[in-house]
Amino acid sequence: MELLSHLALGLQTAATLANLFYCFIGVFLGTAIGVLPGLGPTATIAMLLPVTFVLPPVTALIMLAGIYYGSQYGGSTTSILVNLPGEAASVVTTLDGYQMAKQGRAGPALAASAIGSFFAGTVSTFLIAAFGPPLAAVALKFGPAEFFSLMILGLVASVVLAQGSLLHAIGMVVLGLLLGLIGTDVNSGTQRFTFGIFELADGIGFVTVAMGMFGLGEIIRNLQDEEERSVMITKITGLWPTKEDFKRMVAPILRGTIIGSALGILPGSGSILGSFAAYSIEKKVSKNRAQFGKGAIEGVAAPEAANNAGAQTSFIPLLTLGIPSNPVSALMVGAMIVHGIQPGPSVITEQPALFWGMIVSMWIGNLFLVILNYPLIGMWVRMIMIPYQFLYPGILVFCAIGVFSLKNTEFDIYFMALFGALGYLLSKLGGEPAPMLLAFILGPLMEEYLRRAMLLSRGNPWVFVQRPISATLLALAALAMCSVLIPVFSKTREEAFVEGVG
Amino acid sequence: MVRNAKDFWTGLIYIFFGSSAILIARDYSMGTAIKMGPAYFPTILGGLLLAIGVISVIRSFVIPGPAIGAFAIKGLVLVTVSVVVFGFVVRGLGVAIALPLLIIVSAYGSTRFRWRPTLVMAAGLTIFCVFVFLKGLGIPLPIIGPWLGG
Repeated sequence: MELLSHLALGLQTAATLANLFYCFIGVFLGTAIGVLPGLGPTATIAMLLPVTFVLPPVTALIMLAGIYYGSQYGGSTTSILVNLPGEAASVVTTLDGYQMAKQGRAGPALAASAIGSFFAGTVSTFLIAAFGPPLAAVALKFGPAEFFSLMILGLVASVVLAQGSLLHAIGMVVLGLLLGLIGTDVNSGTQRFTFGIFELADGIGFVTVAMGMFGLGEIIRNLQDEEERSVMITKITGLWPTKEDFKRMVAPILRGTIIGSALGILPGSGSILGSFAAYSIEKKVSKNRAQFGKGAIEGVAAPEAANNAGAQTSFIPLLTLGIPSNPVSALMVGAMIVHGIQPGPSVITEQPALFWGMIVSMWIGNLFLVILNYPLIGMWVRMIMIPYQFLYPGILVFCAIGVFSLKNTEFDIYFMALFGALGYLLSKLGGEPAPMLLAFILGPLMEEYLRRAMLLSRGNPWVFVQRPISATLLALAALAMCSVLIPVFSKTREEAFVEGVG
Repeated sequence: MVRNAKDFWTGLIYIFFGSSAILIARDYSMGTAIKMGPAYFPTILGGLLLAIGVISVIRSFVIPGPAIGAFAIKGLVLVTVSVVVFGFVVRGLGVAIALPLLIIVSAYGSTRFRWRPTLVMAAGLTIFCVFVFLKGLGIPLPIIGPWLGG
């Protein structure tokens, strides 16, 4: 069978000693930094990205993927133990997870999260292996018009999923696209928006922007709410769930995996939508729905499974189309470009070892997570307890040195500070950083595809609706945008966020 | 009367960036739809952003919205300034001075700031960074910079 031979090739690549080692290091560092309160996966990856630039491409991407699951898993741990979600996708985990922890059942909650994540990770790894190649084959037929429309769809999806005002989310996307254009124009060699600053000729690095908006911006936000932060750690007794717990977990994990995998493929959504949807569905179908919000293990298992499944399947659009669907995969695209790999449908055929190696390493990374979790939980707990006033100056130090090391220039440090302040101001005014970062990375690509599409169509802008695939993608984007404007949906959108935050 | 401060200020920011993009892009060649010049896409985006900004400002006078809420001025200023100062002095003074400066100034932004643990942390982190980043990863920064004769 072809699938098996592909997976064998992947295993060969992923199971070399060096790759296993860096996968482990990635998962370990990701978890360690992810458990620190107030540091989500995006900031974690941005901080650790410079470290991976010295590695060969396959190893670097394997390590990055490991950092991603690690930080996500670390975020779940923080959600359960101290009620502080590191990112939007783990917000729902706090609802029942923290309640369980307060009742002294932190152990089973963590186990539910680990088992759910591992199962979902395994299933979705096979999904990527099965659906990746056919999707890439379709994508190989894509022309520039299709790619342009696909990016529009991805950006619209990120707008729809952003919290707060729709208008501001669109504004953030356009602003991100514009900022992404800073630097030398590839076609004409013109230096755009550089103000004569030599360091801007290559544009602003996406790591700089990500560290600024997600690292520094988040620190400033946390300092604002400092008084409200209360880190109350609960005692962990008995890690292993009871037989009863296991029985109650099975169905929610299965449902969560299906929901999460399906929604994760949608560009722009990543794992956020999946965990929210899985939780609300579980709340409706579960026999124990009365317990939800008061420490139901189903309320931890389902969204955690969905979360991880979505995180994995969001690699499908990334690896087959080259389109990032959330800030994390946007960072991965950036990393691939740094390593000289143009993400897109040709990666599978031209670099099969990279593609399959990464997929198999995802499964191995998930295995590491489960193994790592049990012996090291005590260490994670101690890391969570580091008071924030000692934590954030350290984060600043790593960000500052990390961003300097990218190109050995102080300018990146200044830009990081600038984006930190800008990110804080805009988020204060209701603009979310995630769609902006996505747009920032897509900006130059979109311009390039727009140019090619218009060149091929001899300047006819209708080409985007005349080609069937492109038209379908645009129709989907329009549909998604309209769904927010329809009262019923917009109400659910608000409720989903309120439920998450409240 | 502004009834939605968030809409109003965000709108102004969008108008600023949108119109700056259009104005600056006037220096570049526009090209045609078939062969787009470097000004084409930025001008479209700038126009879009400008329009969004104008709508947002108009909306702020019509539809009421929540207040912005207190700014973390102290945190914002100290975090930003400490990072910028670090960038400014790190080559000249060296890591041994620039890092503790970054740590102490930024830590001062916390309401729970105390001198003694902050100084201990500054010393520990600086030594850690010197060994890991400078010696280990070979990042080209001086420990004691030329301004101090290092």
